[in-house]
Amino acid sequence: MLAYIIRRVLYMVPTLFGMSLIAFMIIQLPPGDYLTSLLSTMADGGQNLDEATIARLRSQYGLDQPVYVQYLVWITGILTRGDFGYSFEWNQPVSTLIWERMGSTLLISLASLFLVWAISLPIGIYSAVRRHSFGDHAFTFLGFIGLAVPNFILALTLMYVGYRFFGQSVGGIFSPQYADAPWSMAKFLDMLSHMWIPLIVIAMSGTAAMIRVLRANLSDELSRPYVVTARAKGLPEYKVILKYPVRIALNPFVSSIGWVLPDLVSGVTITAIVLNLPTAGPLLLRALVGQDMYLAGSFILLMGVLTLVGMLISDILLAVLDPRIRFN
Amino acid sequence: MRDTMLSVRNLSLDFHLRTHILHAVRDVSFDLRRGKTLCLVGESGSGKSVTARALMRIIDKPGRLVGGQILLDGPDGVVDIAALPERGREILALRGGRIGLVFQEPMSSLSPVHTVGSQIMEAIRQHRKLSKKDARVRAADLLRQVEIPDPERMLDRYTFEFSGGMRQRAMIAMALACDPDILIADEPTTALDVTTQAEILDLIRRLQQERGMAMLLITHDMGVVAETADDVAVMRYGRIVENGPVDRIFHAPTHPYTRQLLDATMKLERGAAGSPATALFEAKAVEPVISVRGLTKSYGSVGKIFGFGSGNGGALKAVDNVDFDLYPGESLGIVGESGSGKTTLGRLVLRITEPTSGRITYRTAEGREIDVTDLNKAELRAYHRDVRLIFQDPFASLNPRMTVRQIIADPLLVSGKMTDQQAGEKVAELLKMVGLDPLAMERYPHAFSGGQRQRIGIARALALEPRVIIADEATSALDVSIRSQILDLLLSIRQRLGLSFLFISHDISVVRYFCDRVVVMHKGHIVETGDAETICTDPSAPYTRRLISSVPNPDPRNKRMLHRMRASS
Amino acid sequence: MLADSRPLPSIDAGPAISPLKPGGSITSEAAAGQWTLIRHRFFRNKVAAFAGCVILLLYLVGAFAEFLAPGLPNASRPQYTFAPPQRISFFAPTAGGGHEFLPHVKGYRIEIEPQALRRTFVIDENKVIPIGFFVDGPAYRLWGMIPMKTHLLGPLDSREPMYLLGSDRLGRDLLSRLIYGTRISMSIGLVGVAISLTLGVVFGAISGFYGGWVDTVIQRIIEIVSAMPTIPLWLGLAAAIPLTWSPLSVYFVVTLIVSLLGWTGLAREVRGRFFALRGEDFVTAARLDGSRERRIIFRHILPSLTSHILAVVTLAVPTMIVAETSLSFLGVGLKPPVVSWGVLLQDAQNVRSVATAPWLLIWPSLAVVTAVLSFNFFGDGLRDAADPYES
Repeated sequence: MLAYIIRRVLYMVPTLFGMSLIAFMIIQLPPGDYLTSLLSTMADGGQNLDEATIARLRSQYGLDQPVYVQYLVWITGILTRGDFGYSFEWNQPVSTLIWERMGSTLLISLASLFLVWAISLPIGIYSAVRRHSFGDHAFTFLGFIGLAVPNFILALTLMYVGYRFFGQSVGGIFSPQYADAPWSMAKFLDMLSHMWIPLIVIAMSGTAAMIRVLRANLSDELSRPYVVTARAKGLPEYKVILKYPVRIALNPFVSSIGWVLPDLVSGVTITAIVLNLPTAGPLLLRALVGQDMYLAGSFILLMGVLTLVGMLISDILLAVLDPRIRFN
Repeated sequence: MRDTMLSVRNLSLDFHLRTHILHAVRDVSFDLRRGKTLCLVGESGSGKSVTARALMRIIDKPGRLVGGQILLDGPDGVVDIAALPERGREILALRGGRIGLVFQEPMSSLSPVHTVGSQIMEAIRQHRKLSKKDARVRAADLLRQVEIPDPERMLDRYTFEFSGGMRQRAMIAMALACDPDILIADEPTTALDVTTQAEILDLIRRLQQERGMAMLLITHDMGVVAETADDVAVMRYGRIVENGPVDRIFHAPTHPYTRQLLDATMKLERGAAGSPATALFEAKAVEPVISVRGLTKSYGSVGKIFGFGSGNGGALKAVDNVDFDLYPGESLGIVGESGSGKTTLGRLVLRITEPTSGRITYRTAEGREIDVTDLNKAELRAYHRDVRLIFQDPFASLNPRMTVRQIIADPLLVSGKMTDQQAGEKVAELLKMVGLDPLAMERYPHAFSGGQRQRIGIARALALEPRVIIADEATSALDVSIRSQILDLLLSIRQRLGLSFLFISHDISVVRYFCDRVVVMHKGHIVETGDAETICTDPSAPYTRRLISSVPNPDPRNKRMLHRMRASS
Repeated sequence: MLADSRPLPSIDAGPAISPLKPGGSITSEAAAGQWTLIRHRFFRNKVAAFAGCVILLLYLVGAFAEFLAPGLPNASRPQYTFAPPQRISFFAPTAGGGHEFLPHVKGYRIEIEPQALRRTFVIDENKVIPIGFFVDGPAYRLWGMIPMKTHLLGPLDSREPMYLLGSDRLGRDLLSRLIYGTRISMSIGLVGVAISLTLGVVFGAISGFYGGWVDTVIQRIIEIVSAMPTIPLWLGLAAAIPLTWSPLSVYFVVTLIVSLLGWTGLAREVRGRFFALRGEDFVTAARLDGSRERRIIFRHILPSLTSHILAVVTLAVPTMIVAETSLSFLGVGLKPPVVSWGVLLQDAQNVRSVATAPWLLIWPSLAVVTAVLSFNFFGDGLRDAADPYES
C-alpha cells in the first residue's frame, strides 16, 4: 500500500513538471515582457528611466537570460522560497495575493464535490435499479439539461431569478453589512444564503455527469453473477443491491474525482467571475486582461496542482476501497 | 418423510424481448428426490439454466413466470414456490436456507471486493442466529469440508487470490452454509479444467451423499451426466423431450434428440476410423513438414523501471524447450489444460507471437527447408499461405463488417492471383466444400449460427490451398452435436486434400477422435508424445494418467472418475 | 437462417417465438451491411433522430444567415434602445371596425419611468407595421459574394422597426444578431472538432505507429493537458491574443485554442479503440491472410472505427461551442464586431441589464442550450448505434 502511494507520488512528478511548463508558457506568451509593461506604465505616469537603469532592472529580473534560464529561476523560486514572482498590477509579491484566493477556490470546489456526490449517489442508484421507470426518465432528462446548460448561463439565470423574484442581490459571499463583521451565526447564515446559487451552479454539470456514470456502471454490475449469488443466499433485495453492486460501482465513483475536479475548478473559475466571488477566478481574469502574467501563471499552475492532488487522493481512496488495486 | 423433496409441474417461462416473446421454458415437469441427483442436460439456449433459477425465483429481468407449480416439501407441508410473493419473507428464507445454488462462472460469482469469509458468514447469519465469532468458526468448518487447506487464513483472502477450483469450492461452501435440502448446481465445472472438474464433481457428490441432499445438476456434457446422475431430463428448445433413470437414457433412449446427443458424444469415444499408419512416421520414411526444436517463449521481467519490492528474477516461461515433428498428412494433437502453453505454441509456430529462442523448420512443397524464425515479412506472408489457422471463437474471428464472400475472398485477392470474378467462383466452391449454400455468400456473419460461422472460418483457411492447418480449439466453443459435425467436416477435408493438422485442444475425446499422434503439455513442457490411441488408453507419464482418468466417461455403467488418480500433491 | 443440425423428426424445429404484436414479423437483416444496421438502430431512437433534424436546421440557419435575418447584425438605431420583442399578428382592424388579413407587428412608443426618469419603449397597440415574406430590406452579399437585398421576413417599409426578439442597448435587432451568431458559433464547433480530430488522429497515429517511448510521452502529455482545468487554461491562452489582430485571425486562433484541449479526449478514445481492435481475432486473421499493415488498417480496422469516431466527434462539438461561448462571454474570445452567441451574452453580463432587457439573456442562452442539447442527444444516439454487433 505504501509502495503504491509512493509510486503514485513519483508518477506525479513529470506531470507537475509538464504543468509548470504550460504555466510558464502562458506567462511568456504575450508579446513583450514584464519590464516593457512596467516601463510603459511608468511612462504614462510621466516617469522615464535611463538606459542604464533599464539594463540593470533587466538583469535583476533575469529578463536578459535565455528562456530556459528564466524558467529555472522562476521554478527554483517557487520550490525553494515559495516565491511565485511579482504582481505588477498589485505591486506585491504574487505569493501574498494568491493563497487566500486559492483557499476559497479549494473550499468551494470541495463543497461542490461533496454536493455532487450527495445528490448523484442516491439518484444514480435509483435510476439504475428502476431503469426505464418514469423517475429514471425524468432524472435522465434533467441530467441532459444539466449537462447542456453552461455554468455561466445557469449562474446568470439564477442571478436574474433571484433578483427579479426574491429581490435578492446575489453575488459575493456576504451581504455588505457582514463583509467586515467578525464571524457569527448570523454571518454564517448569510454566507449560506449566498452560497447556494454558486454551489448549485458549479455542481450541476458534475452531478449530471456522475448520475450517468453511476447509472451505467451500476446497470452493468447489476447483471453480474455475484448479484445472483447474493440473491441466492436469501438476502433481501435492498441489501443485495447496496452491499454488492453499489459497493463495486462506487469505485469508479471515487476515481471520478480525477475528471470531475478539473471540471469543478473550471466551473468555480467562471462562476466566480459571473457572481463575483472572492476566489481565484476574477483575479485570474483581471490578471490576464491586464497581462499581469506572473500572477496569472501562478494561478493556473496552482489550479493544476490542486486537481493533481485531488487525483492522488482519489487514487489512494480507490486503493483503500478496492483490494484488487491494493494487491497489484 | 417423503422421498420427493421438490416437484415441478408444468412450469412455463416467457421472455419479453424487444421484437418478440421467447417461450424459454414450456410445460416442464420433474421431481427432485432426497439424496438423488437429477441431471438436466441440453445444449445452449435450451432453457435449462432459466429453469434452475426459477426454482429460487431468481429470473433475469425480461423473464416472467407464466404458469406451473414448484412444490417444495417442508416441515410445515408442501409450499408452492411459484405462488409465493416475489419479494416476500418466505422466498428469502428458502433461498440459501432450503435451496443452495452453485453456478458456472467461478471468476465472477463471488464479489471481488469482499473477503471470502465475509461472504460465507453473511450467508450463515442470514438464516441462523449466530454471533460473528460463531459464524466465523462455522465458515472455517465449511471451508474445511470443501477441502480448502488452511481455512482459518483463507477466510480473510479475496477471491482473486484464489484459483478457479478454489473459488468454486468456496462457492460450494457458501451454498451449503445453512444445510440446504436441495442443491442446484448450474454447470458448476464447465469453466474448469478437466482434472479440477473431476475433483469438484467428486466433492459435490460426496457432500450430497453425506447430507442426503437432493441435487439438480445442469450440464451440457453427457460424460458428466453419466458420472453423476441418478435421473436425467433432456431439454431442447424449452421443453423436456425425454426423462428417466440414467441407465435407460444412455442405453435405451427413445427420443431422436437424445439419440443424436449421445451419438455425437459416443462417436468421439470410439475414435475415427482409418488413421494413417503411424509407424510410417516414426520410421522417418518421410521428412516432417514442420519440425520444432527447443522452442521457448518467456514473458516479463526484463527490467522493471518502477520495480518496487521484490521482482522475481525468473521470467515466466509459457513454452519451455519444446520439440516435435509434424509429418505430411498427419494430424498431431496438442493437449493440455489451461496454462499449459498449448495456444502459445500454436501462435509461435505461426509467429503471431515471436519465440524467445528455438527453431521452427518448415519444408516447402518443393522440398526446401526454411527456418521460420528467420523469415522477413514477405517470406512470412508466403509461409502463412501454406500454414493456416482456424480460430477458436467463431464470432470474433470473422469481421462483422464484411460479407462472407469478402471474408473468404480476402486471402485470394490479397495474394493478387485472382480477379474478383474468379475469387467469387472459388468462394462458391469452398462454401460447398464446407457444407454451406453458396447463395449465402452475400450475407454478413451475423446471419449465421456458431457452427456455420466456424464453417466459414474453415473455408477461409482452405482458400489458399494450404498444406498445414493449425486448429486452435476449433470446436470448443460449439455445442456437442455441432462439434461432431465440424470434426467430421475437418476429417473429410483432411483426407480429401491430404492436409497436415496441428490440432490444439483441451478436450481429450476430441483429440482422440481426430488425431493420429498426441503431444501432452503441462506447464509449458511436453510431458509425453505418442500414438493417440495409446495416450488415451494407456499413458505412461503420471500427469497424462491423471489427466486421462479425470475425463468423464459417457457410460453410467462404467464410471471412470470413481477410479481416477488423484493428484499426489 | 440455415439449419445447423440435421432435421429432427421432432415436434420442435426451433426455439418457440411469438411476435410481440399480433401480425408482427421478425425481419431478417442477413444481407444488411454495417451502415444499414447502424441506421436502423439509430432511427429507433426518436429523440436522437429529432435532435439530428434540429442540428441540420441550425446549420441551415447559419448557412443562409444573411437571407434569413431581417436586418444586418451591426445596424444600430439609437432611437430604439432596449426595445421589447414584438408579436406577429395576422389580422388588423380596418377603418370600418372590421378585421382584414394583414400580417403585422405593433410599433413602439416612449414612456418615461417616473422614479428613474428613464426612457423605456413599450408596445404601442395602435401602430401597425405591416410585414411580409421575401421583402426588400438592407442590401447584403450572400456568403460575402452575391449581392442581394431580399430577406425572408421583414417590414414592408424597411425604415419601420421590427424587433421580433427585441433590441439591445444600441438598438440592434437581436433576431438578426442571433442568426448571424448561429453561423459563427455553430461553425466554430465544426471547425474546432475538425482540428481536434486531425490533432487526435495525427498524435494517435504517431503514438500507435512508433509505440515505445514516443507513445509514453504523448500519453503523458494528454494526461497533463486533461488534468488542467480547462477554463483557466483557455483564458490564459486566449488572453494572449493581441488586440490588434483582425476578427478573422482571432476567430481561427480562438478555434485553435478551443480545440487544443479537445483533442486529448479524442486521441485517447481513438487510440484505445485502435489498440483494442488490433488484438481482435479477425485482425489477426487478416494478417495471416497476407494483408499488409496498410490494408489491415484501412480495410479491417478503420471501418470498425469510423462509426465510433463519428459518435465521439459529435459529442465533442458541444464542448467546443460552450468553450467559445464562455471565452467570448468573458471578453477574451471573439470580440465585436464579430457576432457569436458568446458575444451576444456579453450584453447580459450584469443583473441590471438583464433586468431591463431579459431577452438579451433568454434568446442567446436558449440557442446555446438547444445546440448543446441536440448534439448531446444526437451523439448519444450515434454512440448507442455505433456498434450494431455488440450483444
